[in-house]
Order: sequence, then C-alpha cells, then structure tokens
Amino acid sequence: MDSDKRRFLRFMGISTGLVIGSGFLGGLSSALRLGTKLGGSALAAQGAVSGSLISSPSALKAGRWAMAIDLRKFKTNDDYRRCIDACDEIHNIPDIPTGQEIKWVWEEPYENAFPEQQNHYLEKGLKDKPILLMCNQCEYPPCVRVCPTGATFKRRDGIVMMDYHRCIGCRYCMAACPYGSRSFNFQDPRPFIKHICPDYPTRTKGVVEKCDFCAERLDKGLLPACVEASNGAMVFGDLDDPNSDIRKLLSKSFSIRRKPELGTQPSIFYIL
Amino acid sequence: MIEKAFYGSKKYWAWIVFLFILLGTCFHFYLIQFSEGLTITGMSRNVSWGLYIAQFTYLVGVAASAVMLVIPYYLHHYKAFSRMMILGEFMAIAAVTMCMLFIFVDLGQPMRVMNVLLYPQLHSVMFWDMTVLGGYLVLNLLIGFTTLEAERKAAPPPGWVKPLIYLSVLWAISIHTVTAFLYAGLPGRPYWMSAIMAARFLAGAFCSGPAILLLLVFLAQRFVKYRVGEESIKALAKIVAYAMSANVFFLLLEVFTAFYSRIPDEMNPFKYLFAGLDGHTALRVRAVLRPGLGIASLAILIPPQSRNNTKLLTVALIALVVSTWIDKGFSLIAAGFVPNPFGRITEYLPTFPEIMIALGVYTVGLLILTVLWKVAISVKEKTAA
Amino acid sequence: MYDRGKIIAGLVVFAGLTTLPFWYNIGKARVRPDPRLDTPAIRQMKEKHCIESKRFMIEYHMQMLNGWRNAVVRDYKTTYVSTSGQYFTMSLEDTCFHCHSNEKQFCNQCHSYADVKPYCWECHVKPGEEIAHGQR
Repeated sequence: MDSDKRRFLRFMGISTGLVIGSGFLGGLSSALRLGTKLGGSALAAQGAVSGSLISSPSALKAGRWAMAIDLRKFKTNDDYRRCIDACDEIHNIPDIPTGQEIKWVWEEPYENAFPEQQNHYLEKGLKDKPILLMCNQCEYPPCVRVCPTGATFKRRDGIVMMDYHRCIGCRYCMAACPYGSRSFNFQDPRPFIKHICPDYPTRTKGVVEKCDFCAERLDKGLLPACVEASNGAMVFGDLDDPNSDIRKLLSKSFSIRRKPELGTQPSIFYIL
Repeated sequence: MIEKAFYGSKKYWAWIVFLFILLGTCFHFYLIQFSEGLTITGMSRNVSWGLYIAQFTYLVGVAASAVMLVIPYYLHHYKAFSRMMILGEFMAIAAVTMCMLFIFVDLGQPMRVMNVLLYPQLHSVMFWDMTVLGGYLVLNLLIGFTTLEAERKAAPPPGWVKPLIYLSVLWAISIHTVTAFLYAGLPGRPYWMSAIMAARFLAGAFCSGPAILLLLVFLAQRFVKYRVGEESIKALAKIVAYAMSANVFFLLLEVFTAFYSRIPDEMNPFKYLFAGLDGHTALRVRAVLRPGLGIASLAILIPPQSRNNTKLLTVALIALVVSTWIDKGFSLIAAGFVPNPFGRITEYLPTFPEIMIALGVYTVGLLILTVLWKVAISVKEKTAA
Repeated sequence: MYDRGKIIAGLVVFAGLTTLPFWYNIGKARVRPDPRLDTPAIRQMKEKHCIESKRFMIEYHMQMLNGWRNAVVRDYKTTYVSTSGQYFTMSLEDTCFHCHSNEKQFCNQCHSYADVKPYCWECHVKPGEEIAHGQR
C-alpha cells in the first residue's frame, strides 16, 4: 500500500471513530439527562412552572411494616381463598396454567413451607395444613442486594418494592430469593386475566413481580387487601411500635418465620 | 489490517456465507422471542435461568482461559507460545462477545439493558460482571491488535502494551471470579453457595478453554499452511491435563462435603444430577456421561505417551470439552434450582427455539473468530514468508 | 478515476437510501392532530382546565408523568399539589383518565402524528379497556 492511500485510510478511520465516539457520548449524556429528569426535579430546571409532589396526608406510616398470620384462625378452604382472591382481583394477577405462572399470595402444605421444621411425628393434620405464603418483605432482602438496576428496592417503611418501569428482566432476584416469592412475566399476562381491574396496572412481558404489602393501598390509608379479607386472621402493623396490635400479638403467642437461619429477617410471622 | 478478512479462498467465503445463513435462521427465532417473550423457552417460575445463562457462564471461562497462554508467554518468556498467543487472545474476544450476547438474549426487557449503566448498583454482582466483561473485551482488542500490528511491521510492540498485558492477567481471573460470585453468594441455593465455586470455575476454565483452542487450531491447520508448532501444542496439552485434574479434584471436594455431612440440602442437587430425585431423572443421562467422559479424558491426558499422540489427544480434548460443558454449560444452572425452596422439583430442558437462539449466538462467535483468525493468520503467514 | 461506474452507482444507492424517509412519505398528506376534549366529565366542568395550564400540559406532560411515576413508585409520594394549590392523586387511572377518557381522540392524535409510541398502555389500563376485555 502506498503511503498516500494509507494516510487517507488512517484519516478516514480516525474521523469515523470520532464521529461514532461523539455520537456515543452524546447519546450517553442525553441518557444521563433523562436520568435526572426521572427524578422529577427537571421540571423546575427547565424553568417550567409546576406544583410539588407530596405523600398523601391519609397515608399509613410505619417504621417497619410486618404481618402476623394466625394459622389457628385458618380453618376452612374458604378462609384461604378469600385472602388469595382479594389479592388476585385487585392486582390483576393472571391465571397461567403452566410452570410459567404468576403468584403473589398462595398456599403450600406445611411440610413444603417449612421443610426444615419436619419430623415424622408431627401433630396430626399439621403436615398437610396449607400455609399462606407471600413475599417476606425481608429486612435484609437478597433480591435487593443483587438487582443490577435498583428496580427492586427497600422503602424506609420496610416494604420491598418493585419498579416495573425499570426492571430489565434479568431474573437475578428470582435466583437470589430463598423463599420462591418472585414471578416472572414470561409472556404478556393480559390474555390470562379474567377480569381486568382498571384501578391497578397489569404488568408487561419481561418483568419480575411479587407481593408488595399493597403499598398502593397503604399510601392511600388502606390496609393490605388480604388482611382486610381475612376477618382478623392476619394482623398487620408496625414492628417498631411496641403498642401496635402486631407487637402485642407476637408478645403473647408462639410464632415462627420461614428460614430464619439465612439472616434475612422476614417480616411475615406465622402463629401456630 | 482488517482488510485481510476480505481476501480469501472460495472455501473461506463459503464458510462465511454459511455462517450468515445460519445466523439469519437463528435470528428469526430471536425475533419470535422478542415479540412473544421468554415463554418460548423451557424456563419456568422454578427454574428461572437456563441454557442462556449456562452458556454465558461457560464462555466466560473460555474467555478467561487466554491467561494460560499469557502467563507463560509474557511472564515466563516461554517463546513456544508466540505462534499461538494471538489465536488465544482473539478467541477470548469472540468468547466475551458471546457472553454479552447470551446475557442480552436472556433479558425479559432487552430494550432497557442500558438501565444497568444508567442506575449502577454497586452492590449487585451483575453490575460488576458487566463492567469486568466490557473491560476484558477492550483489553483484549487493544492488546491483540497492537501486538499483531507490531509483528506485521516487524517491530517490538509499543511500551504501553506491557502494563495492559499484566493487567489483563488479573482481569481474566477477575471475570471468572465475579461470574462465580453471581452464584456463590445466594442464600437458599445450596448447590451454588460454595466457597470453592470460583476456584472450581477457574480450574474448569483453564482446562476447557485451552482444549477448545487446541481443537480449533487442529481444525484451522487443515485449511491453512500456518502451524502453531508441536512444542506449543504439547505444552498447552500439559496445562489442560493439570487444570482438568484440579477441576475434578475440586468437584470431589464438593461431593465429600455434601455426602459426609449428610445435609439433605447439600446432597439433593448431586443426587438429582447423578441418580435422579423422587423419580425426576431428566438430567441423569447427561450427568452420568460427565464423569465418564471426564475420567476418559484424564486417562489419556495424564500419561505423556498418549497425551503427545495427536489423535488420542484430540479424542481426549473432545471428551473433556463435552464433560466440562455438561457440568458448567448445563447442569450447574438447572441443578442449582433443584429442589426449589419448597422442596419440589421442576425439570428443565431447553426448547427448540431456545436452542436455535443459543446456536445463533455461537454463530456470531464463530463469525468473529473466523474473521479475527483469518486476519491473524494472514499477517503471520506474510511475516514468516 | 478507477471504477467510475461502480462508484457513481454506489453514490446513487447511498443518496437514495439516506433520503428514503422523504421518498417514503412523498405525496402522503398527514392530518393535523386534533385532540378532542368533549368527554362526559369535561363537559360537566364549569371552568374547563387541566391540573396545570394548557400550555404547560402540552409541553411538559411527558416529563410530568415521568416524574410522577418515579415519585409514586420510588418515593411513595402520591399527591400532586398544583401551582393553584389543588391536590391531585398522581395516577393515570385515578386522575388523568377521569376527564381524558377518549384515548383515540385525545392521546393518540398527537402521538400518532409525532410517531411517538409511549408504552404506558402495556400495563396501565386504557379507559374503557376493561369492559372490552370482559366481553371477550
């Protein structure tokens, strides 16, 4: 190759590189700007007049939300069904008949819910007794630790939330959750929802979802739907408040939690 | 330099065209996944990672294995590797690219992949994995092309490459360590939560990566005049033998801990893989094949007489690659989810579209490898002439 | 000049490809967007106004909604206090769709014109959609 041609090629190469590079930087900076916009403060930054964002005056507040499930009060099949259906209906949980199902609140026999609490001589009927399961809202949630985008995060009141707008669907949180509480939308869930509740968004394919203690209801001043439907079999309250109903109940009853040895500190207590 | 990829024999072009046709076919299946979602795969709520993540894991090892050439060549000045070096580095580039693509095809929301950089979470191992993989790709591109360019000009490589090469040694170890940390730090997945996971990963990588490199070199030598040299093959085969021995040893350590302690959570995944658990035996055949092939490969690799016989060596390397692939490229992921947190077993087998998408990623890797090796070998043949 | 024919042909193809959007749209008249406000809820309003000024809503509703979704999901702030001091729940379903119940005549007018495809509707339920779904 003669030197002129080489110089020309080098020039072309460098300039193409510069163009691509600056395009990339431009894209990155606009993406970063978008990132700050997401914070909500961009409205003011742009000189636009706008209002302020506050939490609702009627919102329920707590240091750490928790739930006690009084298994003594779950007797008939209907006691479980009421709680599960209440959740399924208001949260648009699809009914997918395959292994790619979605579950927020569901039941498992005692021996599956507490596999480490097994023995051959268990109290009659306990081995197969259905246990209501849902996200444990851990104090030290492994799912939050592993999430690469912050799409799942812990609120100040202890609720482990999902940001469906941010989730990239890597499913690392599902591998990390020791309680099997998370579901992934392998497909568009809408065709599997019998009746769409218009007050709550459905999810889209490709994101992970789970129970979030009805954060949207707490923020409006309402108790979680399952608690409301349980006729007092589930007690919901603030663990940080020694006078709360849940603390009173826990102080006078024997309670267990799932896999306490993992140190995640679940916020769901089961009273036997 | 890259222009060398545009001049080739009819066979070369036929191979390239074949790869593109294959890629197009596989891409069609990705488009289906893109619109339908991951429902077209065999994954489920209980086995939420599958073939894609397993291939990612395996290929990180292949990428990292380039240090098995870098350390002897650059740190110990073992000159016999001079004709193999660039091939290893370029194979690492193809492997890292495939790793990134496997993560990408595994995402439920691929359009949001940049969220990982927009909202970096320093506590997430996944974030670090993406970072180190990207860095390793850049390092190998820089080192590979700079040294090759220097060789073309028959001049010593520029001084700034040396520190980068030393960095790349540490970096290669780190990519596979971080990949092991993806799994080894998860509570409630006993098969993965093992301190020896990173060491096992590296041992597996340092035998399977060079084994694949040697097999590809044998294949390439059928089509080109370029020869890497007998001594380098013998030396690399020795490295493969040692690394495979370490790999098997580490696995046996895991088996001992599980079965002597007799803790069910530790034993169950092994039982599931090798004997089947509660009548679930989908993976048993594959898993039983693994130790058989592994032992066979060691039986050939350890005695020098059989190791230095090219035909036997080829057989051993193929057995080794299949064995380590079953281990890390498949059952590691599937068995990690068995049994699930409720003591239940969900079997996983990839579906046809899923296999095609994985094949598509491998095709991209083969394309990159072909082009890069074409460039490297053309330059090498010319400087030798 | 070597390969004159090939180079010129290449340039023509290149120019054709880069100007493709113009060729593609030539002769197609785009209808001017005409967002409609005549929904039952709006008709009943004495003074017809959105939560902020019309101009602000046209220019910044996307940033506003973006800010809302983060405030609600990530900062659990659910209430918007407008510049005029009124309180609104930050929710598409509970607030916006109350008045703007005509997605086709309102939202889509500008969105299709500008060819933007907000993916809000993949999850958020469009006004009237739950009825359509129930009938299936």
